[in-house]
Amino acid sequence: MSAEVKEFAKDAEGWFAEHTPADPDFMLPLTFMEVGTDQQFEFLRDWQRKVYEAGYLGAAWPKVYGGGGLTQAHQDAATAAMRKHNAPIMFNTIGLGWAGPLILDIGTEAHKKKYIKGILNAEDVWCQGFSEPEHGSDLGNAQLKAVRDGDEYVLNGSKIWTTHGHYAKYMILLARTNQDAPNKYAGLSFFLSPMTVEGIETVKIRKLTGEHGFTQTFFTDARIPADGLMGKEGHGWKIAMQTLMYERNAKGGQAGGYSITEVNPLEILELARKAKRGGKPVLDDPVIREQLVDFMIDAQAFKLNGARAKLPPLNQDCPQAIPLMSKLIMTEYMREINQFALSLQGTKSGYYVGEENAIDDGYWHRGYLNAFSATIGGGTSQIQRNIIGEHALSLPKTR
Amino acid sequence: MSAQIGITEAQIDMLGVAESFCREKSPMDKVRDQLTTELGYDENIWREMGDLGWLAIAIPEEFGGVGLSLTEVAPVAEQLGRYMLTTPFSSTTIAAQALIMGGADSLKSEILPLISAGQAATIALSEPNGDWELSNVETEAVRDGKDYRLNGKKTFVMDLLASNWVIISAILEGQIALFCVTTASIPRENIRRETLVDETKRGYELTMDGLIVGKETLLDLEQVSATLNHIHLVANLLGAAELTGGCQACIDYTVEYLKTRKQFGKLIGSFQALKHPTVDAFVDYQKSRSLLYAAAFSFAKQGEGEIATRMAKAQADKAMSFAADRSIQFHGGFGFTYDCDAQLYRRRAIFNASQYGDARYHKGKLADLLL
Repeated sequence: MSAEVKEFAKDAEGWFAEHTPADPDFMLPLTFMEVGTDQQFEFLRDWQRKVYEAGYLGAAWPKVYGGGGLTQAHQDAATAAMRKHNAPIMFNTIGLGWAGPLILDIGTEAHKKKYIKGILNAEDVWCQGFSEPEHGSDLGNAQLKAVRDGDEYVLNGSKIWTTHGHYAKYMILLARTNQDAPNKYAGLSFFLSPMTVEGIETVKIRKLTGEHGFTQTFFTDARIPADGLMGKEGHGWKIAMQTLMYERNAKGGQAGGYSITEVNPLEILELARKAKRGGKPVLDDPVIREQLVDFMIDAQAFKLNGARAKLPPLNQDCPQAIPLMSKLIMTEYMREINQFALSLQGTKSGYYVGEENAIDDGYWHRGYLNAFSATIGGGTSQIQRNIIGEHALSLPKTR
Repeated sequence: MSAQIGITEAQIDMLGVAESFCREKSPMDKVRDQLTTELGYDENIWREMGDLGWLAIAIPEEFGGVGLSLTEVAPVAEQLGRYMLTTPFSSTTIAAQALIMGGADSLKSEILPLISAGQAATIALSEPNGDWELSNVETEAVRDGKDYRLNGKKTFVMDLLASNWVIISAILEGQIALFCVTTASIPRENIRRETLVDETKRGYELTMDGLIVGKETLLDLEQVSATLNHIHLVANLLGAAELTGGCQACIDYTVEYLKTRKQFGKLIGSFQALKHPTVDAFVDYQKSRSLLYAAAFSFAKQGEGEIATRMAKAQADKAMSFAADRSIQFHGGFGFTYDCDAQLYRRRAIFNASQYGDARYHKGKLADLLL
């Protein structure tokens, strides 16, 4: 670490020590996909703006568009400080982590000037329109229609699982511009679309937890400006795949911060210490102990994978392996550790959020059920295994 | 727990050199040629390894070594495991480490320069009780004039016939002592070759039967406990490295079959029932490699080294055992034959788990260290 980054890290450390807010009297979302109430939304939007204004978000993005103009090492130091102080998440993830880097990489000058700053200061919330009710894992078959009409495209169809759909000002959108393309992929185009035009309507979807978190989005003769087209017509699939690389952390360039609160195995340890079986701590049970160690090894291996990915001599056989698998590893780990946490609670695992006797107010129940949003969203774990198999191991295609 | 992997330039050099050496010297037909030989390895290759200075890597310069550390040894063990190039490398490295940690200066200056130059040595710690705890010793040593008389039995004495020295543990006056004995002084009839699940390896049962050893063979009594602990961790680091390399080769071998074998008119690798478990094995392997290089890097650090090494061995056992188990299954009828290499990998994983602790054993130790 250079002296300059060290100094920056120290300042960031001090800033988050002082400014990280105390837990409010309502439950904060653990992931960006769980923003379900206006209260949560306002809280996280204020927090993101504050972090940005202090210079700890988008530190490595170009200054001319609203970034900090520093290096990735600066941003990494700021993110580490956030994590250390267990700060709330940076919720505008689709802008910060997916749309932003994409716009910076392949957007026009006008796109960059128009969108980047609003992503960082949370003025402009972003959502993603990829999945459709009939086309989830088979994303390449998306059918929402976009027809060029002068300076506009006219949209008709529907998108689903739109995280932040209710709050978003913009959407990254995958739409079909050519019904007669030689294959399903070639008919797709990629748009930066406004959400606030006539003909776009969002309907909240209730999740398995009972909370709200995303919407179905309906497009009925909605007209959007043609300058929102990314690349050319027919390039949509390639650009969508690039976006998914950012989403799965397989490609860098994100504004920084984190969008998912990680479970620390030590928190589970606390649970195991308190829970009793026959009057004895569950922590004395050798089976439970072995499972706890399994989680600790997994957590450590995940971190070390990240460290090793930055050392090319230790990745020569398959450089893309670790980036491709990090989404699968992390999301399955979160699901499993939350599930394990429930199993430690004895009769109390039968309670739920809102019950006064529930352990940690039902935090682990909510965490477990919500964990599926990540093992399903952004490409299911099963699709991830296809991708790793086909791209890292060169196994023959399944489809 | 810190999550760091540091690499040294020497380590990366060793990785590259060892990879190309092992790939060239140890194609699978050569590996199979050695399954039935007495010593189990090619003496010319072993000599070359000595000439290349691989035995000297972690031996201090004052004893004729290169003066690096186990950080630089780990990639060599990994590549040896990957290409199943079996030699007395591990047993010799462990014996040298035992001497460095617990040997009197006279022993060190006599033996370490010879090991550095490529002579083999081994250790005789395991006993018929099958215990992984190296402190569970029943072999006895009693004084006999100026010398000591040893009685008892040792098992899994690896590469004993190839070695010039063997370090034997025995109870001496109520506490464990270590003796570094010249193998030339051991009658041949006291040595019996064991039948091992891993046919690439050579292990022997050693019956002491009143073996007389001189007092100059005694390692520092004050250092015995630290030395046994060091041996245990070194052996597990090397074992994890071999497993991790082997796991990689096993996955490559399976993937190759999934890419060429057709059934129902399709390459079988396109079936998710085979593809997904293969990916799971690959994910486990990647974790294993990350944990291995972290262990190699932090090996010498107090406390941290032990945790990292146990994690690396636990994960490596899990990863290669699963990869090789599935490799047999996914090769179908061919997988059930002796000709299919999947059995070599599966047997290797069973053997390496059997020595110095399997995944569950290390997780039990980690639970006591971490919880």
